[in-house]
Amino acid sequence: MNTSLSWIKRYVPDLDVDVKTYCDAMTLSGTKVEGAQCLDANLDKIVVGEVLTCEAHPDSDHLHVCMVNVGGEEPIQIVCGAPNVAVGQKVPVVLDGGRVDGTHAGGAAEGGVAIKKGKLRGVESNGMICSIEELGSSHEFFPEADPEGIYVFPADTEVGADAVEVLGLHDAVIEYEVTSNRVDCYSVIGIAREAAATFDKPFYPPVIKETGNSEDVNDYISVEVKDQDLCPRFCARVIKNVKIGPSPKWMQRCLASNGIRPINNIVDITNYIMEEYGQPMHAYDYATIAGQKIVVKRAEDGQTFVTLDGQERKLDHDMLMINDGEKAVGLAGIMGGENSMITEDATTVLFEAACFNGTNVRLSAKRVGLQTDASGKFDKGLDANTTLEAINRACQLVEEFGCGEVVGGIVDVHGELPVPKQVPFNKDEINRLLGTDFDEQMMIDIFKKVDLSYDAATGMVTVPTWRQDVLRPCDLAEEVARFYGYDKIPTTLPSGAATAGRLQFDQRLNEIARQVAEDNGFSQAYCYSFESPKVFNKLMLAEDDTLRNAIEIMNPLGEDYSIMRTTSMNGILTSLGLNSSRRNKNVRLYEMGNVYLPKALPLTELPDERMKLTLGFYGEGDFFDMKGILEMLIAKLGLSKRASYEVGELKPYLHPGRQAVMLYEGKEIGFLGEVHPKVRKTYGIQERALVAVLDMPTIETFATFNRKYAGVAKFPAVSRDISILVPHDVTNGQIEGVIFQRGGKLLESCRLFDIYEGAPVQEGYKSMAYSLSFRHSEKTLEEADITAVMKKILNGLEGLGISMRS
Amino acid sequence: MSDIEVKVKEIMQDALGKLESVKEMDALNEIRVNFLGKKGVLTSVMKSMKDVAPEDRPKVGKWVNEAREAIESRLENVKTVLENEIQDRKLKAEAIDVTLPATEKMMGHRHPNTIALEEVERIFVGMGYEVIEGPEIEFDEYNFTKLNIPADHPAKDEQDTFYITKDILLRTQTSPVQARVMEKGHLPIRMISPGRVFRSDEVDATHSPSFHQIEGLVIDKNVTFADLKGTLDVFAKELFGPETKTKFRPHHFPFTEPSAEVDVSCFKCGGKGCRFCKGEGWIEILGCGMVHPHVLEMCGIDPKEYQGFAFGVGLERIALLKYEIDDMRLLYENDIRFLNQF
Repeated sequence: MNTSLSWIKRYVPDLDVDVKTYCDAMTLSGTKVEGAQCLDANLDKIVVGEVLTCEAHPDSDHLHVCMVNVGGEEPIQIVCGAPNVAVGQKVPVVLDGGRVDGTHAGGAAEGGVAIKKGKLRGVESNGMICSIEELGSSHEFFPEADPEGIYVFPADTEVGADAVEVLGLHDAVIEYEVTSNRVDCYSVIGIAREAAATFDKPFYPPVIKETGNSEDVNDYISVEVKDQDLCPRFCARVIKNVKIGPSPKWMQRCLASNGIRPINNIVDITNYIMEEYGQPMHAYDYATIAGQKIVVKRAEDGQTFVTLDGQERKLDHDMLMINDGEKAVGLAGIMGGENSMITEDATTVLFEAACFNGTNVRLSAKRVGLQTDASGKFDKGLDANTTLEAINRACQLVEEFGCGEVVGGIVDVHGELPVPKQVPFNKDEINRLLGTDFDEQMMIDIFKKVDLSYDAATGMVTVPTWRQDVLRPCDLAEEVARFYGYDKIPTTLPSGAATAGRLQFDQRLNEIARQVAEDNGFSQAYCYSFESPKVFNKLMLAEDDTLRNAIEIMNPLGEDYSIMRTTSMNGILTSLGLNSSRRNKNVRLYEMGNVYLPKALPLTELPDERMKLTLGFYGEGDFFDMKGILEMLIAKLGLSKRASYEVGELKPYLHPGRQAVMLYEGKEIGFLGEVHPKVRKTYGIQERALVAVLDMPTIETFATFNRKYAGVAKFPAVSRDISILVPHDVTNGQIEGVIFQRGGKLLESCRLFDIYEGAPVQEGYKSMAYSLSFRHSEKTLEEADITAVMKKILNGLEGLGISMRS
Repeated sequence: MSDIEVKVKEIMQDALGKLESVKEMDALNEIRVNFLGKKGVLTSVMKSMKDVAPEDRPKVGKWVNEAREAIESRLENVKTVLENEIQDRKLKAEAIDVTLPATEKMMGHRHPNTIALEEVERIFVGMGYEVIEGPEIEFDEYNFTKLNIPADHPAKDEQDTFYITKDILLRTQTSPVQARVMEKGHLPIRMISPGRVFRSDEVDATHSPSFHQIEGLVIDKNVTFADLKGTLDVFAKELFGPETKTKFRPHHFPFTEPSAEVDVSCFKCGGKGCRFCKGEGWIEILGCGMVHPHVLEMCGIDPKEYQGFAFGVGLERIALLKYEIDDMRLLYENDIRFLNQF
């Protein structure tokens, strides 16, 4: 909402503050100022001058040399390039040393343009005659201005007067951010009421006088509202003998400050009322209204209608239409029809001021794809009590301007009108909420400033119907707080019972995981939760892969963001690909984020959101580096036993020979592998890349940090190295499995220290060497103990086709 | 003085004299062997004891022992000196150019969002807040209805909210966690709830369809608006520095009343106005207010007995401000050259 300070002062004439003070105070009392533009910020030494003589410049085919009376003793000579300059004109003149806002081409220059006397093609010029653009405005808002030349004042303008004053530009346009609960502040009156309360000055709303001739409007028009739920009130009045012409300058200035282009007196009055009261109006050419009748009803599905911007609109049954006896003439609350618009020839005008259901206007405007100033006001949900006042105010202005004859009476169709609410007031309740100690009178005085009246007998505050936001005592507390000043309310800390601040167990695990990942050189990535369904093809998932069962967004930003991810793989690969394409070396990334697994589709209950730790790298390191990092991770995450690995069901996006699932106590906790070369290529990763994923909720079920000291071994360990001949397909995992199982309690550790394939080892076999360490917790091991356990181990290994190397 | 005594003294003087000038460990060992060794001169004196009269033998033994002790003691001293010298020479030879480059270690970096989040968590956990998370895919009821945002509220427009079904959506705020925690009814409540939220905004330098918020909620019998001011003032000072000032401006949120937006004095210019704060001297960082009694009622809490405050901070906003990141897209690109700076 934009409006000029001068318009506010029409209702708060005692307001006497500078723009900055005004803006700061309004913001602190709840009417947030987004910005302020002083229209005269760059306008200096500009007066009304009269062109006394005007002759062609001797050295130019378009310049003129003028003598201009600027109210001084002597006229001054000015060279002027405007084609419309002529003798006798009253014009704005910027004197030597003055400033204007912009150049003639339009567009403001920062800090303005300084004007100094000088010579133009050899002829002295002591100033400049200005166009309206040079004065920081535009032909749009000064329709009388010649778009091609200098601005010309009316003939009776006083020479030597402050031209900026005459133009009404000693003003500031203030932009407000009005919150959605303050419907009343989408009007100049509403903001003026706030301003008066903020600065503790009297507020003078318009005084509405009786209007209309002795005729009866009911002889001109009847109104039938068929859908009162969508139209709580509809008021109509008729103006005859209309004289279309420009509206007064002050009204044009007001409209311009709100960004509305002046058009003609009748249209300007309706726009003025829309801004002043926040109540949009519509003016129909009465001659086009068939059957002297208005019918307000829902449109038919599929009906079409041409709005006054010439566009054909497609309607549906949830849109409300204004009809005459035969046809639709307006899309309620949004835009009138081309068929009934006011033209220069209109002689009788029908004024409409109505209250429409805000939600319906908002949704209709959205469906029809047409947001207008009017719909923007209506969709907030207007106060039906303002409707009548607004239309009467419009008629009063018609009479004041003498631009028509108002027909007596009003057609006013409405259901039950809103009545002022009663809100119980208790000072202790307000003090308890705010943490203050205000006395009752101080609060009552604040209420009074914004027309909230307190009745001591009932203990109730009466809330005018325009204040739709005041419903409960907490709303009264807000009034007290904002007019007393949020800044002056004390600053304390909550008392009461102490509470234990803490992270949840899973959050602590995430923290540990992040730390371990970073200690291993991985940097944290953030990826989106929504992805394209094309991701599944990029990952080469089978058509029936369960990961394809993704939750779809009904209204995504586009296909690329249309499903909730079921795997974290795309995020990490995309990020590695980006780094690879930017030639970043040795990139290690990790991500902690959810995947979203539906229990059933379409969704009826919330899905399983599973936190995944995803690691990915390219550059230095291989499969076993990743494996080592995973083992460090689970150890730090409180999984103290050994994890095991198996190839498992192959993941199509990983190298078929270089992938494994990670098991803990037989349960899958994650996986790792080298990225499949095709997938790598799809993502633009130039080198081999490794990825791993840990499922944090599963990890959490195993994680424990209950540690007990087990003592330090008192008896020496004995180690034995074995070198074995292993069939090619037997894995280290199988061998370790046998060694640990057979080694029993005595076996303390088992470490592979050599593996070799090729001559002289016979084909189909590999040579492997392990170092085993044995220890007994209560005695020194004897040779016989070791021999016995080694025999068990070797017997076990024989079962795998393994023999000792000689 | 007997001959033997003279001889022993001579031997001793000879040994001590030689020790004076010894420079190498080998020479030292030679002296040890020559004088004290099994075939050494002093040992040979002892060996000739058989030629001494028995009554003189103790005397001779004493002379020899005295000489041996004197030589050994000096020998040890000289040895220590020599060892130190050798050590010094070795260390000198081992000196390195300490300015040669370090062995490079791969170092991981935490994402600026997480750094900012952890800082916020630390502040509130220190003040007794629990960190509680909630689902990112949420029921409409929790995201809107229970927060006093009725069915026809403009904020519910599809424009802003991603819907999965009519009743299930991607949460647009972390506030639904408020309702979930309040419903559980364990009072008092002091919690913050960080998490991912979603709004239908196209990606640009200042917008992202997915970003993070941190919700705060305190419910107790006598929690006041003044407490809200105090709490957020502490928060701002902890996060942006002790000189930071806060400004509370009235605002409107459906689920709080009274509500406020909070500005902090620009931590770049201290409030004088600079390019960073667009000349304002203040930077808006969060929204807050007293929990609306209707919200309390909907969550089964009696507003006559309990009241409280809530606030919501944009995590990316904090991260962008604190680390002077000028484009939000950088946060989701994961370019290592960006991440390495944190």
